[in-house]
Amino acid sequence: MGLLDKKYQDSNIIVVSLEKALNWARKSSLWYMQFGLACCAIEMMATAASRYDFDRFGIIPRSSPRQADVMIVAGTVTLKMATRIKRLYEQMSEPRYVISMGSCSNCGGPYWEHGYHVLKGVDRVVPVDVYVPGCPPRPEALLQGFLHLQNKIMNETLVEGINPDKPVVIQDKGGDQIDIKNVDETDEHKTAQIEFPQQDVKSKKEGA
Amino acid sequence: MKTTEELHQILSGQFGEEACELKADEKVAPWIIVKPDLIRDIAKYLRDEKGLRFDSLMCLSGVHYQKENELGVTYHLYSTTEKHKLTLKVIMPEDDAHLPTVEQIWKTADWHEREAYDMFGIRFDGHPDPRRILCPDDWEGYPLRKDYQVQEFYRGMKVEY
Repeated sequence: MGLLDKKYQDSNIIVVSLEKALNWARKSSLWYMQFGLACCAIEMMATAASRYDFDRFGIIPRSSPRQADVMIVAGTVTLKMATRIKRLYEQMSEPRYVISMGSCSNCGGPYWEHGYHVLKGVDRVVPVDVYVPGCPPRPEALLQGFLHLQNKIMNETLVEGINPDKPVVIQDKGGDQIDIKNVDETDEHKTAQIEFPQQDVKSKKEGA
Repeated sequence: MKTTEELHQILSGQFGEEACELKADEKVAPWIIVKPDLIRDIAKYLRDEKGLRFDSLMCLSGVHYQKENELGVTYHLYSTTEKHKLTLKVIMPEDDAHLPTVEQIWKTADWHEREAYDMFGIRFDGHPDPRRILCPDDWEGYPLRKDYQVQEFYRGMKVEY
């Protein structure tokens, strides 16, 4: 939305770095794979319904892993299901993301000690990008998880020498000068994570 | 409508005194203990006999009696026409736990017997599809046995926390 909030001067030309445009496009149409495993799925459905309305972020369900960008693991992952989840994840085309929703898929939840049939965290079979805590998480929490994922996508880069798996700080130095660098998990990084929403808010205020 | 005592009298008249044993002074409700190899015949008789007509198997569950080294199957029966209920129990030694299926008598028993097999390792002779129902086919052990030790890994995934 950030791009379209700005007013055009002469013609409809937008000057933006390629990677920013690509990332913006990708973060704005996160299609998630439509499947739920337990009670978290009810909250996920509520998030997709009219009151919370996933669709306003371009987040819509797809019934095939081939067409999905992100997988919401919503519920208890049994060991039997884990083999299927792994296969579904492998069937998704890259770039692909995983949101682990709720205590069960984060770490086993209430089944951590006596649940002989439960996988103690879905990150033991697929890499997880965002963990959403809660039992089950409220729809706001899942939305927050998606906002974090959008931040992560906006921070991805095509630049050589940058490790996309590590946190990245992008600094817009004015003009076409953009500085991208990897950082360690520091306070600086934590502030950098929320850089984009703040920019959006700022540009909105200026436009108004 | 018949009480468990009356039903026990009918059954011992039909199948003999040693085939079924009445446990009358139990908490909640009395029950009848039945010999394993007779359960199928008794079940068919209870379903079809006029005045009994147990047309519904409400529940079939496995039980592990660890102290006695025994496994059991409990049948909760109900007659929708006669409006009476009956609890049957079958008790078998743990190392040789098998009994005839009642799947052909009540279709309900199909999945219930598969569950009892899955969770307790009780084999039902004559069952048309005697696979596990909840656990994966390559799962090791029977999880609801009281001496159950969970496997360390399942297909490379660590099971313990």
